[in-house]
Amino acid sequence: MASRVFGFGLAALLLIVVNIYTDWLDPVRAKLGVIATPFYWFTDLPERFGGWSQDALRSRESLQQENAALNAELLILKRKLQQMASLTAENLRLRQLMNSAEMVQDRVLVAELIGISPDPLAHKVVINKGAEQGVYPGQPLLDAFGLMGQVVAVSPYSSEVLLITDSTHALPVQVNRNGVRAVAEGVGDLYQLKLRHVSGTVDIRAGDLLVSSGLGQRFPVGYPVAEVESVEHDPGRPFVTVNARPKAQLNRSRHVLLVFSRQTDTGVRSGG
Amino acid sequence: MDSVRSQNRWLVAVLFLGGLVLAVFPLPYELRWLRPEFTAMLVIYWITVMPQQFGAGLAWCVGILQDVVEGVVLGEHALALVLVAYVCQLSYQRIRSYAVWQQSAWVFVLVGIHQLFSNWVHSLLGYSAPPLLFLSPAFMSALLWPVAILLLERLRLRYRVT
Repeated sequence: MASRVFGFGLAALLLIVVNIYTDWLDPVRAKLGVIATPFYWFTDLPERFGGWSQDALRSRESLQQENAALNAELLILKRKLQQMASLTAENLRLRQLMNSAEMVQDRVLVAELIGISPDPLAHKVVINKGAEQGVYPGQPLLDAFGLMGQVVAVSPYSSEVLLITDSTHALPVQVNRNGVRAVAEGVGDLYQLKLRHVSGTVDIRAGDLLVSSGLGQRFPVGYPVAEVESVEHDPGRPFVTVNARPKAQLNRSRHVLLVFSRQTDTGVRSGG
Repeated sequence: MDSVRSQNRWLVAVLFLGGLVLAVFPLPYELRWLRPEFTAMLVIYWITVMPQQFGAGLAWCVGILQDVVEGVVLGEHALALVLVAYVCQLSYQRIRSYAVWQQSAWVFVLVGIHQLFSNWVHSLLGYSAPPLLFLSPAFMSALLWPVAILLLERLRLRYRVT
């Protein structure tokens, strides 16, 4: 009995070591991901049923109200879009004048969140689009409010996304107001990001919007990431502590967007 | 080893599948530490009642499946469950003769070992759990144990699993 236990234990240990320190098992894991999909699909059923019953049992008045509200919102957004067209054209002309690369419109794919990683330490979610829909590792994920994270594992019909608040995740950002660059790190708290190595003289204050800077070549430029909550100057420390709150509703968003950006298709796989 | 004819073993498989579903069932962010380790509890139960039939092999397979489903490092739960299975095989006679609350305490220790090892694998990846908080699944498992054993015993006797 003891020898069998020893054998199985050693096999498990070997798997762990190979899995952590090499990437030999990554293709195997991608294949095995097919097994995981039905479980997440199954645990998502109550949520789906809830959504369906909410749709089916809606009263006529509430639908009309919602329709009116959506129409009003559409009108406001359309007005913004009118300006947007001329601004885009102007931006393009200016970029041509400066001989810089043209901005590419990002293609997006709407996905739905079907699961959350059960691991309390890791901030990962599972979405219902996979390799069959063209999802690739490193692909950025957004919701309606900002950047959520990046795809880390793809199986045929679902993929795993690492959120920006995970304690192993960091992404390059810049302050929208003045273009100051920084690196936003997750600390393992769903409502907090920390900026790394910000010196005391940098112009950054509470309320500043942080957008992705695209310097890591992984995330597209200009999507909102977080809002600075507090800047603490401590004379005893070499750097300022900057806390920011993610813009994306990492805890609530169910409908998310996968971005196919031209930048990451070129095969750059470094940075993050 | 298989002198007894196996009967209704499918129930074991079904219960493990159910345990895996519960293991990935989405919990609110605030309650994320309060999920009992269902698969570990099932491994403890089946090894205690049928130590000749089930052992480290079952624990390893279930562990690998759980790793795949949860999307964590392959081998993390396998390692932890094999160790739990080993301790169970050594002590099943004692566990059987215990009162339910004593069993609960023993489950706390066993799932605690499970948590200790899976937490060690996590630390290799760079995650650090708040001290003692990572034992809360063990505590929840121990709390759930009296209810679980009632249910499992009923099912096992009803379907005469051997």
